[in-house]
Amino acid sequence: MKEERSTQLKEMTPHELTEIIFHKEELFILDVRNQSEFQDWRIEGENIDIINIPYFDLLDGIEPALHKTPEEKKVLVVCAKEGSSKFVAKQMLEAGRNNVYYLQGGMRAWSEHLEPIKVGDLSDGGSVYQFVRPGKGCLSYMIISNGEAAVIDAVRTIEVFEQFAKENNVQIKYTIDTHLHADHISGGRRLAEKTGASYWLPPKDATEVTFRYHPLVEGENLTVGNIPIIIQPVHSPGHTIGSTSLIVDQRYLFTGDILFLKSIGRPDLAGKAEEWVNDLRQTLYTLFPTFSDDLVVLPAHFGRISELGEGGKVSARLGELFKTNPGLNIREEVEFRKLVTGNLPPQPNSYLEIRQTNMGKITPSKDEEREMEIGPNRCAVHDQ
Amino acid sequence: MKSDKILDAKGFACPMPIVKTKKTIDELQSGQILEVHATDQGAKNDFVGWTNTTGHKLLECKEEDGVIKFWIQKR
Repeated sequence: MKEERSTQLKEMTPHELTEIIFHKEELFILDVRNQSEFQDWRIEGENIDIINIPYFDLLDGIEPALHKTPEEKKVLVVCAKEGSSKFVAKQMLEAGRNNVYYLQGGMRAWSEHLEPIKVGDLSDGGSVYQFVRPGKGCLSYMIISNGEAAVIDAVRTIEVFEQFAKENNVQIKYTIDTHLHADHISGGRRLAEKTGASYWLPPKDATEVTFRYHPLVEGENLTVGNIPIIIQPVHSPGHTIGSTSLIVDQRYLFTGDILFLKSIGRPDLAGKAEEWVNDLRQTLYTLFPTFSDDLVVLPAHFGRISELGEGGKVSARLGELFKTNPGLNIREEVEFRKLVTGNLPPQPNSYLEIRQTNMGKITPSKDEEREMEIGPNRCAVHDQ
Repeated sequence: MKSDKILDAKGFACPMPIVKTKKTIDELQSGQILEVHATDQGAKNDFVGWTNTTGHKLLECKEEDGVIKFWIQKR
């Protein structure tokens, strides 16, 4: 071990940062992006303190950063891509600080990072895995049973699913999207093409798509594995007109963007809120109560960092949500309508282009896709 | 637009376009105009933020063939 180690610039990977967030460890973040980017979207965690000093305000000297960050805590410097955070972290080290890290790949890498977590078991010994994308709040899933797998609401970084399938020695048989996503680019179609799987999408959301797909409709159950695990689609409109929930193995309820843990989905097309609010009400207040309270709800997003449970897992019993989720406890229809159609949060960034990409109408480059997705996710009613 | 000096920051990633711009503008007189050419997309928002805090004036910003051009008047 060389002595100069302590003054060496240390990097923190998105995986390491995820571990800190999942285990609710303490961390102090100095975000050196410009003010507008920081306002729009930043790293969150239960025990994370974060401040913003743009790197260009530190060109005359690093002192403001030294004064505003605690010496006794681990400090992570973050920027858009990495360059500026290294620039700032290095100066902090030279000024005598030592517990300073920079985020590898910056917010761009953070936006893409995916972390697999086991959610639970299936009746035949198979398992359900949740892929948490902490930077954007997206949740994808893989259902594994007897050498076969189905991937639900895959995000665009499909290498992670391919790798995971390989490690678990399973063949991806289906990729399924619960609805046409508007807030992130789906990896479902590409993953299917690459692995020989079939791609399933609700036909009511697919009226404008330019590619062939399998219609995900009620009555058309899919099976995974030799001892079949049944994936049962249930039409549950409201977020989109085609939104379809999936009941898997009579144990799990994949709700897509209809129902989250602490909030409910919002109608996802500008101008359609008035039209779709009744569908949403019907799905949440008439259809879902007919399901077993013991179903484990697995949504396609988390809205707040406080929704991350044990080890970062996002799930809850349906019966529990009927008690605790404010969106499921609005007795008056008028009030529900007001909540859903009024106060709509801003649409996700690049919302229209993302929809067009998911419909196959445009084919952006990898960099363009990345740019389109940068920023927070805003598909729940209660999110600010 | 007329400028007193042109800074070529093409091919440089963040933070270099602003670091170089600051250095160059320090050598100009108040009221003089610096033209900066950059290719880093992140520069757009950063120049807005930087001129806001420093008080220099961002007169214009436009993109031509992948090159982002800024005209900044020294305060």
